[in-house]
Formats: sequence, structure tokens, C-alpha cells
Amino acid sequence: MKSQNERARTFFLIAAPILLLFFAFNTLPLIKGFIYSFTNFRGYGTKYDWVGWRNYIDLFTDSRVGNSYWFTFKLALVATILINILSLIMALALNAKIRFKSFLRGMYFVPNILGALVVGYIFSYIFTYILPAITHTASMLASRTWAWVAIVIVCAWQSIAMNTLIYISGLQTVPEDVYEAASLDGATGWNRFRYITFPLIMPFFTINMVLCMKNNLMVFDQIMALTKGGPAQSTESISFLIYNNGMSGGQFGFQSANAVIFFIVIVIISVLQLKYLNKKEEQL
Amino acid sequence: MANQEIKATERFNWPVTILLLLGLFTVLFPLYMTVIIAFKQPSEMTNSVMGLLSFPKSWSLDNFREAMRVTDFWRSLFNSFLITGITMVVSIIIHSLMGYAVARNMNTSKFYRFSYFYIVSGMFVPFAILMMPLVKQTAQLHIDNMFGVIILYVVFYMPMNVLLYAGYLKNIPIALEEAAHVDGASTWTTYWKIIFPLMWPMHATVAVLTALGTWNDVMTPLVIMSGSGMTTLPLAQLTFQTQFGTNYNLAFASYLLALLPMLIFYLVAQKQIINGVINGAVK
Repeated sequence: MKSQNERARTFFLIAAPILLLFFAFNTLPLIKGFIYSFTNFRGYGTKYDWVGWRNYIDLFTDSRVGNSYWFTFKLALVATILINILSLIMALALNAKIRFKSFLRGMYFVPNILGALVVGYIFSYIFTYILPAITHTASMLASRTWAWVAIVIVCAWQSIAMNTLIYISGLQTVPEDVYEAASLDGATGWNRFRYITFPLIMPFFTINMVLCMKNNLMVFDQIMALTKGGPAQSTESISFLIYNNGMSGGQFGFQSANAVIFFIVIVIISVLQLKYLNKKEEQL
Repeated sequence: MANQEIKATERFNWPVTILLLLGLFTVLFPLYMTVIIAFKQPSEMTNSVMGLLSFPKSWSLDNFREAMRVTDFWRSLFNSFLITGITMVVSIIIHSLMGYAVARNMNTSKFYRFSYFYIVSGMFVPFAILMMPLVKQTAQLHIDNMFGVIILYVVFYMPMNVLLYAGYLKNIPIALEEAAHVDGASTWTTYWKIIFPLMWPMHATVAVLTALGTWNDVMTPLVIMSGSGMTTLPLAQLTFQTQFGTNYNLAFASYLLALLPMLIFYLVAQKQIINGVINGAVK
């Protein structure tokens, strides 16, 4: 009995301060952000008024906010699909009976360990000087129609490494005899992938889609390095807009409301994705 | 016999191997370009592609020396090491303890089950919503410096790491602890003597994931400690961007210096890094 008490007390003494720390630097700022979203606080000074739901109403009519949502979703969706298709192909290739397997796997993972900001700067140079010199066109980054594609490319260059790795570990869970049985039934090539391999690595597809979508929705470093939101505010991601206008643009209260909506959107998308993809997994 | 010989030569899929080797171009080209430009002089930068990508006339280290001076390289490198190192150690200690407390009591206690879901749900909170209140909060507490950044990292990585530790502990039988208890050891001693050493594979995973994340992060130090005059290695690239001006050779020397520590670390601990990343994502 005494030792039971000692155990319970030790666990409580461990958990309580850690929970407090987590509350202080995660939950508390979250609550504060929610409260700020009902004020017209500018981020400096001490004077601010309560404005009720004003910020939220304004959010839906603010074209700059609307554009940032459109841009972020376009980017996240296209990048997520592109990254997953390419990663699957890469994983199948790197999992085949190839020569220099560990060397190739090691090399293809390199982009993932590099800092996104510096990678962004390097690619910025490629888009501004190298590509135009080859194609004799203007820089993609200076074009309102093409700048977002450049950002997709940089996001993909880094994320493919990570997603490929997850798919490879998925492919390794598929036992060899499943393939043997399939080849007896005459399943080869695309059919084998479509009906045997892919259903078996479905859980890894789920992880990749959710992780990738979430990361891409929060895109920030690449924007800072490549376009700073330009040209003509056409590549402002939601995170970038909150940072830029909230921190130095005097829109602390307004961007807090934006952040609250962004938070809700991320939760909804993650939950929906998990639900939908889990259902698909069960059916298979 | 003959059949086996054919199999031995057929063992490698050469077309795929060759395609993959060619594909390495996409990975290596940006890195090659970085190295080449970092060594060149501004006068060697021509407008033609071949001129841009040819070898420099001399492999002089002047650009690197100058970049180190401009960005205060050693100072930012030291700061990055300090932040990443302390975050890693503190995360391993605190998150494994929390994972332990949660994993051992989740099934019997509502409090710990709630704590678990409370912390893990923190994974969905984007930094964007915490950013502005945290800037105010850290300034009020006078921790708008490296110390504050470390605290924030420990909190941000808690959801993922507690999830990983709690999952791992489910596979460590409780009988081990009970035996130690019978021998009169306290829960605290049992943890450090028996459980903590058993979790080394998970510590490695947590160390790798936390280190990769904090080392390359720009946003947190940017908003929290930009007023303190301190920078980290990636942050220095952002702050000094204007000073590089159009001297791309200087800028690229600085980029290369910023990438180098991680590349060296990857060269040394490639296996651990890859295993860590897989473990973290799949579990």
C-alpha cells in the first residue's frame, strides 16, 4: 500500500510540472490569441478596444486574406499530389533490385536534411539567373502566373525525400510471397501495383498525405526565401500573411482572428483526411 | 547450374539503376552550383549558363573568410549548437518521463488519459496562431532570447515525442519494474536505472527528429529572439541577406557554410538519421 502511494506520488510529481509548462507555452497563448482576435490591438502600445466579431466578419471580405487562402490551398493541394506521385515512383525504383542501393537511397535523402530557407535562396538563384538564361524567358519568380509553381517545385524537391523514405519502409512490409502468389495469378506491372502493392501500403499513403498536406499548408520558409509574398502579393501564404501583417503591419488583432480560422481549418482537414483514408483502409 | 548463373547476372535491374543515377542530377545540381559559385569571384560571373557553371579560376577560400566575418559565423554556429543540443537533451529527459507517467497510468486513471490526449492534440496547433501571443509572453517574462526559444522547442516537440515514448513503453513489460519494486527501489530510481536505458532506440529517434527540426528552424528564432541581437545559423542567412547585396559569391559561400554542419552530420550518422526519421513517421 505504501509503495502504491509512493508510485502514484512520483508519477504526479513528474506529470504536474510538465503539464503546467505545456499549458503555459501552448494552451495559454492559444487562449490569448483567441481573446486578441476580438480586439483591434495593433501589436504595440497598450490601448485597444473590443470589437466583437468585427475581425471575423472583415476576414471574409478582405481580398488579401482571401487570396492568401486561395494561394495556400492551391499550393498545398498541387504540391501534396505531385510529391506523393513522385515519391511512390521513387520508392518503387529504390526498392527494386538495383545496384548501389544504399548509396542511391542515401543521396536522394540529402535534400530533406537541409534547411528550407537556404535551399530557397539557392533555388531563387536558379529561377532568377540559370533558368532564364537557358529558356530565354523572364524569371518565374517575377511572374504572377508562375511564381507559385516555383514554390511548388522547391517544396517538392525537399519533401519527396521524406515521403519516399516512408513509402520504402511501407514497401518493405509487403512479404515476398505475396508477389509470388500474384505472379502465379498472372498479375504483373501496373495491375500488380494497383491491386496488390498499393492496397498493402495504404496506411503509409495515409501518413504521407496527412503529413504532407499539413506541412504544405504551413509553408513559410520557402516564401521568405523565394518571393516574400510577391509579385503583387500573389504568393502570400496564410502563415506568411499572419507573420507579416500581424507582427509589423499593425494588424495584431485582425491577424489573430485569421490565425484562429487557420487553426480550425487545419484541424478540420486533418480529421477529415484521417477519417476518409481510414475508411478506405478498412474497405480494402 | 546454368540457370543459376543466368539468375546471378540478372540480379540487378540495370535500367532502373541507370535512371536513378541520372536522376541524381536533380539532387546534385543545386549543390554543385552552390559550391561553384561560392568559390568564384564576382568578376567571373558571366551571363551565359556555361560561364556560370564552369569551375572557378582558383579555389580560394577568400569568400568563406569574408562570409564568416560578415555573418559572425562562429557565433551563430555556437548559438545553433547550443539551442539544438540543449533542446535535444531536455526533450529526451522531460518527454520520456512524461511518456512514462502517461503510459503506465493511462489505462487506470482518467487524469493521465486526459493528459495524454491533451498533450498529443497539441500537434494540430499551428505555430502561426501561437506566434503573436508568444512574442508578447516571452517579452513580458524577459525570455525573448535563446533560453525562451529552447523552452518553446521543448513544448512544441512534446506532442510528437510523448506519443512516440508512450507507444514504445507499451512494449516494455511492467514486470521489470515490479521486480525492482520488490527489491525496494523507488519508482524514480527504477525509471533511471531500468526503464530509461531500455528506451535507447527511442531516444535516438527523438534526438534525430528534434535536432533536424530545431537546427533548420527559422520562424521561432526570427519572431522570438530577433530583438536580442542573437542569431542562429539559418537566421543569419535571412538577416544578412541585404548585406550580401548582389555579391552572390559571398552569399553562396555563406549558404554553403550554413549547410555544411548538417551535411557532415549526415555523412557521419546517415543510418541513425534515416532510421530515426522512419521510426518517427511510421509509429
